[in-house]
This record gives sequence, C-alpha cells and structure tokens, in this order.
Amino acid sequence: MSEETNEQLERAEELGAEIGEPEEFGAEETLEGAQEMATAAETDPVKLAIEQGGVLRLPESSGVELSEVGDSFGEGETMILNLGPQHPSTHGVLRLMLELQGETVLRTKPVIGYLHTGMEKQGEELTYVQGATNVTRMDYLSPLGNELMFALAVEDLLGVEIPPRATWIRMLMAEMNRVGSHVTWAATNGMDLASTTMMIFGFRERDLILSWNEKVTGLRMNTNYIRPGGVAADLPDGWEDDVASIVDTIEARLDDYDELLTGQPIFRERTEGVGVIGPELALALSATGPILRAAGVPWDLRRSMPYLAYDEVDFDVIVGTVGDTFDRYAVRLNEIRESLRIIRQVLEKMPSGDYRVQDKKVTPPPRARIDESMEALIHHFKLYTRGFDVPKGETYVAVESPRGELGCYLVSDGRNKPYRMHVRGPSFVNLQSVPPLLRGGLIADAIAVLSSVDPVLGEVDR
Amino acid sequence: MAGETTGAPEAPDVIAQLIEAAPALAGVPYDVARGQVVFFPTREEYLRVAAALKAASFVMCSDLTAVDYLRHLDRPLPPAVAGERFEVVCGLLSIERRQRVRLRVQVPESDPSCATLFYLWPGSEAMEREAYDMFGIRFLEHPDLTRILMPEDWEGHPLRKDYSVGRVPVQFKDAPGPR
Repeated sequence: MSEETNEQLERAEELGAEIGEPEEFGAEETLEGAQEMATAAETDPVKLAIEQGGVLRLPESSGVELSEVGDSFGEGETMILNLGPQHPSTHGVLRLMLELQGETVLRTKPVIGYLHTGMEKQGEELTYVQGATNVTRMDYLSPLGNELMFALAVEDLLGVEIPPRATWIRMLMAEMNRVGSHVTWAATNGMDLASTTMMIFGFRERDLILSWNEKVTGLRMNTNYIRPGGVAADLPDGWEDDVASIVDTIEARLDDYDELLTGQPIFRERTEGVGVIGPELALALSATGPILRAAGVPWDLRRSMPYLAYDEVDFDVIVGTVGDTFDRYAVRLNEIRESLRIIRQVLEKMPSGDYRVQDKKVTPPPRARIDESMEALIHHFKLYTRGFDVPKGETYVAVESPRGELGCYLVSDGRNKPYRMHVRGPSFVNLQSVPPLLRGGLIADAIAVLSSVDPVLGEVDR
Repeated sequence: MAGETTGAPEAPDVIAQLIEAAPALAGVPYDVARGQVVFFPTREEYLRVAAALKAASFVMCSDLTAVDYLRHLDRPLPPAVAGERFEVVCGLLSIERRQRVRLRVQVPESDPSCATLFYLWPGSEAMEREAYDMFGIRFLEHPDLTRILMPEDWEGHPLRKDYSVGRVPVQFKDAPGPR
C-alpha cells in the first residue's frame, strides 16, 4: 500500500508541477477525436498499455509491461466486432466495440450517447416542482429512486424536515421499486441466457409492482410521486392488504427462481467463474451496487450512510465472495428477499400523520381549500407556475438505487430553478467495469456478463 | 495535528481529523455546510491533495463533474479562493471512514484545463470525459479525452451557460437540410 501510494504521490506531484508551468497552458492538443476503438495494431502502444492495465483502464504502474502487450496481439489476426447499438441484449442502445481473436475478447470499449437527451440541461430549465418529472425518466426501471434522490437533495438545500409518514412511504415505495427493478433484471438476464421461462416469470412479478405503482401514484412508470416536501398523495385505503399479498406472492415465487436457475447446472456453468472482478479493481473503477458487493465489499448506502429511516429497519447487506456473474445474480436475488423484509417492517411500523410537509411555500394546498381560501389559491397558483425558491448553496446527496450509488449534485443560486443539477448515474459509472469483465472471456459469455452489470441506458446517457 | 487552516478561525473536528490523516490538506481552504466537507484546492494543488486523500483511505472517486458559474462569478467562497468561471467538482468516498469529501477546483475560462485523476482513480475516466464533453474542460494527460455523450463531430459544449437550449437547429454538420 505505502510503496504504491508513494509512487502515486510522486507521480501526482510531477503532474501537478507540469500543470503549474504557464507555458503548458493553451498548448495545442487535439483532444477531440474518434470515440470508436481502433484495432490494437493501429493504437499507440502507450495508450494500449494503459488500457490493458484495466478498464476503460488502470494506472500504468499497476498495469502490464509494454513489451507484453505487443506480444499478445498478433497482427492481422484480430477483428473488431460491433455489438449494438441495436442489439436486444444490450438492454437499450449501448454499443460495445469488441476486439476479438477467434472467439476470445481481447479489448472492449463501450460507446455510449445514443440516448442522450440533455436531461441535465433540461433540469436547469425546470422549476424544483417540475424537476421530479425530469429525473424520474432517467433510470426508467427505478423511477422512484430517482425522484427520491432529487427530493432529498432539494430538501437538504431547503432545510425542511419531512414528516415521518412521508419518510416511511418513501421507503416503502423505494423498496417496492427495488424489487421491481431486480425482478426485471432477473427477467432480462434470463432472456440473455436463453431462459425464456425466467423472462416470463420476471415480467409477471414486475407487473405486480407496476400495478401497485398505478394504484398508489396513478402511473405505472415515471410516477412523479416522491416530490420535494413529501409524497404526492397518501397511500390508498387497504394498502396494507395489497402490500402483504405482493410480498407473499413474490417471496413464494423467489423459490421458483431458485429452482429454475440457482441450482440449475447449465445456468451455473454459464455464470460461475465468468466475468470476475475483484474488490480492488471494483473500487478503483468506482463501481457501486451489486457489482461492488458481489466482489466482497459490504458497501450499501442504506446501511453505511443511512438516509430516510433505514437505520430503524433490520436488513442484511448481501455480499458475494468471487465477484463473478453468478455472485452478481445471487446478490440481486437475495437483495429482493431483504427488500421484502424491509417492506414487512414498514407495514408494521408505518406511522400516521401527514404525508407531506405542512409548509405552504413548498406544498400545494389541498384541492378543497382552493375554493374556500384566497390565500390557498394564491399559493396553488404560485407553486404551479413559479414554484418555490431554494436558498443558495450546493449539496451532494446519494441514495442506494438498485444499480448502486445514485447521487445528485445540486447547485442553487437562490432562484426557483436549479443552477446546476448533476446526476451521478450508477449505470454510467458501472459501465467502466465492462471491459475488464469481458477481457479474456469468450464472446458467447459477453452477453451474460454485460447483462450482469445491469446497465440502464436511460441513465447512462441521460 | 497541524493547526493552520484558512477559513474559519477554529477548524471543526472533522477538518482537524482529515488534516491529521492527510497532512497535505493543511492550509487548503475548506467549508463545512450541512455536514458536507468541501475543500478548495488550487489547480496546482489539486492532484497532490487528491493523492493525499487517496492515501488517507479515500479509495473511491464516486463522482466528478463541473459547474459553469458564468452568471455567478462573485459567488460566496472562502476568502482565500478567487472564483473562476468553471469549477471541477470531485466527490471522494472513504469506505473505511464512511465519509465523503468534495473537492472544488477553480478553472479559469481563458484556459479551461485541469489535471486528470485517472492515474489515481481509473474510475474517473468516463466522468472526466463527460465533463470535457459537456463543459469543454480539458483533463491533461487523460488517456482518451474524446466526447462521450455527444456525437464526436458536435460543436460546442452543451452544459455551458452560454450554450442555450435549442440554439442549434440542425444536429449534425453534414446532415442534409430539410427539402
């Protein structure tokens, strides 16, 4: 550790000194270039060495020798294969450029941006009231998680404390959403491994969650339910029965998943020991969520840096040992069970009271009040046109989405729209783990490995 | 414990502990707001401070982005920090200490460039590419500083404040116009 650190410190000082020299500034460097990957033969050997060290790449020091790199690529024997952007197993419009030698993957580069719609720019044009409708469309498998991180960031700047019932409703919805996201992942992962039964199973379970979303929020996806100040509406009458039946049903069906996949020899052979990533590499590549936990790092923001009321419920952080595709499957499957456990506790502990903060400057008045009170009408009008002003400041708030650390860096200049809203999408960052996961593996395994990373392209490209 | 810090006359405990763990932080302006620790290293100090934090168990670069303060060049900052147009904002995470530290680096408009963190945390690679793509901030010695979200022949950097929404009528330079 110390030797490596010293080296890095020295290197950092070297680089820092270079930057300090004014003549370095403004040097003509053609940094814009092709996003595509060239063949190894056409790539600068130094760059190749950096790349082979890792990822998208590891530091030169911990990477490989330049001479080794040269030997491992026979000239003319490799080919570049484009996987996607239009390929069913890329879960969206992800394009992977693979350099192959026979059936072995030598190098990979994800090329992204096909779904980029400028949502961060858009976020600067929308008021804080409208903002949740924007972020909810980023990770379309976990809309409530996105709304949650945005609402928490805005509330942090506003300095409002939301009522306990709102907190617990948020927790309930976030965990339901996590279950929904993970079963969808199980479905698509099954599909990628040619288990169509698993796909039908997964989407069947997901529909329970989506119907629940519809019942509570009025929408199946992109719900705009968790808003700054609380949630949009209270839970419907009889919600306890609905939740209990969903939890019981899914819990029973998880045993079917076990029967269908977990103990199944073909599935295990295709996933065990495939796409291994160790804890050091996962941390260095900023991977979070199931990838990091499967690699053996017990890091779950719900436990390590609790938000909402996660410190008041009992659940386990699921950790893998090997960091292969099977571990990532097992971590997600058991996280569903833990989420169900949390939901059961929420059922017992749900407090009564307000479901949104009673601050007239943040929360719109109830519909009935508008007919009676001039002031309520004014507040209603102001909130839905201009929105509310948020005090100056900047904050970074992170929550554990089904895919990892979902963060929101929010800068406010005291007006009704964010000055800057940056979303740290876990899929975007996790995608950097794909090249080392695929390297040296077979092209046939690439699909299974890619699927185990669980990228949601809406969030990658934003 | 190094007692010399700028900013407030008396350093809060969290800052003192961090300086003890990473002595290179001594003298770097800081701010603690709502429990979030922010340091303001200069561009020259940036890598040294980051490396010191890495040695002090901040093993993950969890977030890296930039902000264009074109309309707020006079924003409130610690006294020793001169506000520039751009800021590179880097969020570091320590698993051992269960702590986040944010670095905000001032980057002038005349030379929007900054050191890369790639050689400390390779995971910053895509995030730096995004910051370059969106703000035009060049990360020196970055191994593959190309556009990541926008097409490679795109002109301009969309998240800059002087790049208005919907200002570009056609998407690609060589796209055939409407018939």
